[in-house]
Amino acid sequence: MPGLSEILEVLLLQNYNTRLVVLSTTLLGIAAGLVGSFLLLRKRSLMGDALSHATLPGIAIAFGVMVALGGEGKSLPALLLGATLSGVAGIATMLIIRNTTRLRDDVAMGFVLSVFFGVGVASLRMVQDLPNAAGLESFIYGKAASVVMSDFLLIALVAGAASLVCLIFLKEFLVLCFDDGYAAAQGWPTLFLDVLLLGLVTAVTVIGLQSVGLILVIAFLITPPTAARFWTDRLLPMLLISAVIGGVSGWLGASLSALTPRLPAGAVIVLVAAALFLVSMLFAPVRGVLPRILNQAALRRKEDRQHFLRAAYEILEDQAGDAPVANRSFPYEALLPKRSWTPRHLRQILRVARREDHLEPAPPGRLRLSEPGFGEAARVTRNHRLWETYLIQYADVAPSHVDRDADMVEHILGAELVRELEAKLGGTLPDQRVPPSPHSTGDRNTRSG
Amino acid sequence: MHTESLSGQGVFPARNTEPRPEHPPEVPLAIHDLTVAYQRKPVLWDIELNIPEGKLVGIVGPNGAGKSTLLKACLDLVPRTSGWAHIYGVPYRKARHRVAYVPQRESVDWDFPVNALDVVAMGAYRRLGWFRRVNAAETKRAMEALDQVGIAHLAHRQISQLSGGQQQRVFLARALMQDADLYLMDEPFAAVDAATEQAIVDLLRRLSGEGKTCLVVHHDLATVTSYFDWIVLINMRVVAAGPTAETFTRDNLQKTYGGKLSLLEKAAEALRSTPR
Repeated sequence: MPGLSEILEVLLLQNYNTRLVVLSTTLLGIAAGLVGSFLLLRKRSLMGDALSHATLPGIAIAFGVMVALGGEGKSLPALLLGATLSGVAGIATMLIIRNTTRLRDDVAMGFVLSVFFGVGVASLRMVQDLPNAAGLESFIYGKAASVVMSDFLLIALVAGAASLVCLIFLKEFLVLCFDDGYAAAQGWPTLFLDVLLLGLVTAVTVIGLQSVGLILVIAFLITPPTAARFWTDRLLPMLLISAVIGGVSGWLGASLSALTPRLPAGAVIVLVAAALFLVSMLFAPVRGVLPRILNQAALRRKEDRQHFLRAAYEILEDQAGDAPVANRSFPYEALLPKRSWTPRHLRQILRVARREDHLEPAPPGRLRLSEPGFGEAARVTRNHRLWETYLIQYADVAPSHVDRDADMVEHILGAELVRELEAKLGGTLPDQRVPPSPHSTGDRNTRSG
Repeated sequence: MHTESLSGQGVFPARNTEPRPEHPPEVPLAIHDLTVAYQRKPVLWDIELNIPEGKLVGIVGPNGAGKSTLLKACLDLVPRTSGWAHIYGVPYRKARHRVAYVPQRESVDWDFPVNALDVVAMGAYRRLGWFRRVNAAETKRAMEALDQVGIAHLAHRQISQLSGGQQQRVFLARALMQDADLYLMDEPFAAVDAATEQAIVDLLRRLSGEGKTCLVVHHDLATVTSYFDWIVLINMRVVAAGPTAETFTRDNLQKTYGGKLSLLEKAAEALRSTPR
């Protein structure tokens, strides 16, 4: 186990041996987070996967060609150029298949992915016996530790450029990803923008080959934006969060891998990204699973409270007959048949009501609303009846204009409409008085008559 | 299709060899000899059409009749096999600033990370040009456009939180941002609530009152006569086009919808219920 000082040294980029590696995967992660966001939003994730697998033949062939030309063979820029060319060839093959046959996109992508990867593995085997070929296969799973200064400069340059292009073309990529037909009709060169986007994906993939490897690089492109999506509903925050998640994954992943030599960087980076994804999915406030469950529970509690208060108010109305409704105690038994509550559920509702000071102490078997509880009950009932009246009067307007989960009817209907509804319900009732129920069966106010 | 020319003029349908008809530049949309084919199967065939200015025009026809394709062909979104479509006398690429397009609502992913205001602001993108961000002035215009369709209060809602009708209004507001003279709308009335339908109709009337021309793909035969001044009945080719009162006839509908009985019955019902 590495000591704490060693861990800090690696994480804070103080360690000379690992500094370049960690820095390069961090920059790579930032670029992948940005480019990956658009790849995801353009719904081209699978295409990115096919692209990364299609780079392998290029690596092997570039190596073979360079050895044949008398070179040393393992110059990174040359290998990456080969990777780029064969990646582009893979995409071209896919587009040709798609446009000349009636095969579906996923078939074309699956075909390109497997065939190019197969060719890559075969040609890698063929150049394996050439001198100095050891280590070529590290492009498949990645080997971050092999990053040297010149590699780092190349990675930093490409990652920086790709990130910059993403931010410069933000608006153009946005309209392309959201509505390509509209973008084209407006005169944006959608083909150029698509090619540019794929170019960025290719660039990030290729510089990621060395450290993350071609199998895992797609996860590095897709996981950060997917995780970021849970935190926000806007594009720019999503891009920035995605870049941060990508960068943190690269930084933490490479550091962890450097501290435990047997763990390959690519895998650790992707696992860190996956962990961040999991955290986002569960806890992100905007779209996370847990906040949603809590929200639903809160909504249910609110519904319960409103149902209880309205039921209580209706009982008081029944008791009052034609007289003004007053806050008196009422029997517990009257409450149960009001709704389809089980006794257990009702006890729970009453417990909450006591906690919220909506109930006052009352004789056994009876319940009594507190002053605030009575006021709230009147308000809830009034809003409910205005709402019902609104639905009855303006039913065809309702679904588009109103949000059922509104506490104050006035806020959604507008003061004027509320006055109009109040007028319809009970002449010129002063504000906050509770109008009679608009449907005949609930006509409790006229029971005595 | 095309049996008349086959029997009358030999195997090859005679191409229109007349010189291009001169049309004055105030014709918002002039289509000549337009044919569109997907995978060698024609979708639109020999379309000839002149849409008059300031009219509210409905494009009506059965499913798969090529209604949407007609709009897309005018907007250079699908390749034309032959013919042309001119907008105010010039090809579309020279008249983009005068045209606003409202695609079908289903054509986009509404779970996209943008809010209503972001989508409406897209209507300003062309005006802004490359790389320039949406500025305060355009944001203000976008808010006004949202206000015109009655959903300014929903400007900051994520678009998946909007109802279908509200989403359609967002699309309309985006088109309004372009301040165009010709509006091409693909099924704006599809699956919207009654209030939205009325809001769209009001908006269309206002636009045509301002001298704008609106071309609307529509499928509800019952409302054709009350919404549109002018209609185009289409089923791969133009069956009839003209003022609604003269064109929306039982005979023309029969030709457009062919043997589709249920639809025909609906059409007949629509005709009966329309005061003449």
